[in-house]
Amino acid sequence: MTGDILVFVEQRAGSVREVSYQLLSKANQICAELSVRLTAVFIGPKASFLSSDFYKKADRVLVLEDERFGDFNCEIARDVMVGIIKEQRPAMVLVGHTPWGMDLAPAIAAKTGLPLSTDCVDIKIEAGKVKAVRQLYGGKLFARVVFKDESKGCIFTVRPGSFSVEGYPDRMGEIVPIEAPKDLPEPSSRFVEYVDTGAGEVDITQAELLVSIGRGVGEKERIEEIQELARILGGVVSCSRPVVDKGWLPKYHQVGTSGKSVKPKVYLALGISGAFQHVAGIAGAGTVIAVNKDKKAPIFRVADYGVADDLFAFSDAIKKALKK
Amino acid sequence: MDIVVCVKRVPFTQEVDLEIDRSKRFVATESLAHVINDWDSYAVEEAILLKEKLGGEVTAVTVGSEDDEEVLRRALAMGADRAVRIESGGMPMDGTVVAGILASVIRNIPCDLVLTGVQADDDNQAVVGVTLAELLGLSHAAVVRGIEVSGADIVARIELEGGVDEIRRLRLPALLTIQTGINEPRYVSVMGIRKASKKELKVIDVKELGLSQNDLVPPTEIEEIYLPADTGGAEMLKGDPSVVAEAVIDIMRRKGVAL
Ligand SMILES: Cc1cc2nc3c(=O)[nH]c(=O)nc-3n(C[C@H](O)[C@H](O)[C@H](O)COP(=O)(O)OP(=O)(O)OC[C@H]3O[C@@H](n4cnc5c(N)ncnc54)[C@H](O)[C@@H]3O)c2cc1C
Repeated sequence: MTGDILVFVEQRAGSVREVSYQLLSKANQICAELSVRLTAVFIGPKASFLSSDFYKKADRVLVLEDERFGDFNCEIARDVMVGIIKEQRPAMVLVGHTPWGMDLAPAIAAKTGLPLSTDCVDIKIEAGKVKAVRQLYGGKLFARVVFKDESKGCIFTVRPGSFSVEGYPDRMGEIVPIEAPKDLPEPSSRFVEYVDTGAGEVDITQAELLVSIGRGVGEKERIEEIQELARILGGVVSCSRPVVDKGWLPKYHQVGTSGKSVKPKVYLALGISGAFQHVAGIAGAGTVIAVNKDKKAPIFRVADYGVADDLFAFSDAIKKALKK
Repeated sequence: MDIVVCVKRVPFTQEVDLEIDRSKRFVATESLAHVINDWDSYAVEEAILLKEKLGGEVTAVTVGSEDDEEVLRRALAMGADRAVRIESGGMPMDGTVVAGILASVIRNIPCDLVLTGVQADDDNQAVVGVTLAELLGLSHAAVVRGIEVSGADIVARIELEGGVDEIRRLRLPALLTIQTGINEPRYVSVMGIRKASKKELKVIDVKELGLSQNDLVPPTEIEEIYLPADTGGAEMLKGDPSVVAEAVIDIMRRKGVAL
């Protein structure tokens, strides 16, 4: 493998997203292993990153500064990436497994015909063969994925939080302005605005104890029992996404990538399976205690303490113990 | 507004010890209960809601075996007008191959909008939707949790991270991958599903689609499926619920939570 490792950098409203640093960190390691160059692609105003150290993490940053594309436009990003890939033939392309990355990476793959592996938690090179590690069934199983033919390059989306951004060396940090492809068609979609889904009556990010409800609670009617548990414990109620999706609790209770990141001293997860989008939100929690009747639930791999039991039996036992 | 919605039948794996077969490349799912992929049930509901508001027809499509017709019948019972199953003959497929198969069929179904789920519950890939859009030349958006049709455009509310949504305007025809929570999928009874069996359910064999060998060879391949390492997980608290409760209360106090 001789081509560059190409990283698509996500920026929103001018600031580089955390996931992009994680991609650069992994790319840095692969580049060292293969002795190839690390090239980052940035679409947006250059001024927005010059004050950060992001560009030093790559050998080169290809920067497309164009007032038309200040905000993410998937078609533009796709066409720019496809152009670079065709011209420079990178060995690998790394994109974040984020809502935008989920939109962009399959589009690049379809246009270039390069193979794609998504939501990877690791990328390895074993005996010259590229292998992606990813999860199946919401984290119950792992799979090692290989490509039929990676000789022309391959594309990965990388799960946020998979790679540490600490302790990797700076690189050349050369900034290379690029131009939009000449024949760029008028995109069929355009950015309108960002909307904050807003704060609510309680702020789960400030709580010391979160009593968090998952789909395992089963039905809306039984949420009250857990709210009571939270009251007795002096904690605040939070929840996983399906609980919000079903309208059982308002959105501002939701923990996870599309909800809030929390940092309680203790996080009590009741009937939550432990999908990465949820777990990403509790990285800052002091101690995680999980209750799940499935002893194989992935949440037990990230929790500090586990209870393999029915959450209502657990809740009743706590209530009883505290009444004593 | 004519809509095509793609659905997948997935195994239900909660509280199930998943068994990896001897080749270590497949999971034995035959004996498990199956359900419609969670994301897809929201996509079907959204298609039906749009049809109820704007008129038009909804076609549900799946790639799979006869057993997978179960999810098409559910879509029909929810209100889809017709369904298409593409018989895959059990060949190995990844997201790219499935998208290719779907594209060759949907290309011939006149429609303004294609909906899929964000991802499937089993392989969690999030590949089919956007790949399909590209193959059909449609504009697309992933992870959509709100839709409004406005003239020749569709306005999608895309869920980004951390409670921020992006509003994006797309020209029709378009493909959107639908996020859970966008609506409340309606309940369908066994009776409803039985009644819907009168609606058209067409079966097309993948061999009739004229796809080349190249289109049908998955570019990705699972080398090995394995269980996560047993080490490094939670310390399991065992015993009678009252003993466990005391232990948990003790941990909370030690960690500085005032009880
Ligand atoms: C783009 C995107 C963004 C997302 N963002 C988020 C997010 O911000 N936050 C989030 O939480 N999810 C998010 N998700 C969804 C995520 O992938 C999972 O689907 C979700 O976290 C699952 O929630 P859960 O654990 O409550 O439900 P499930 O996965 O259904 O798990 C329920 C658990 O409860 C257990 N259980 C059932 N009954 C009982 C009982 N009586 N007692 C004890 N245990 C019981 C079961 O064994 C199971 O483990 C997102 C997904 C996508 C694609």
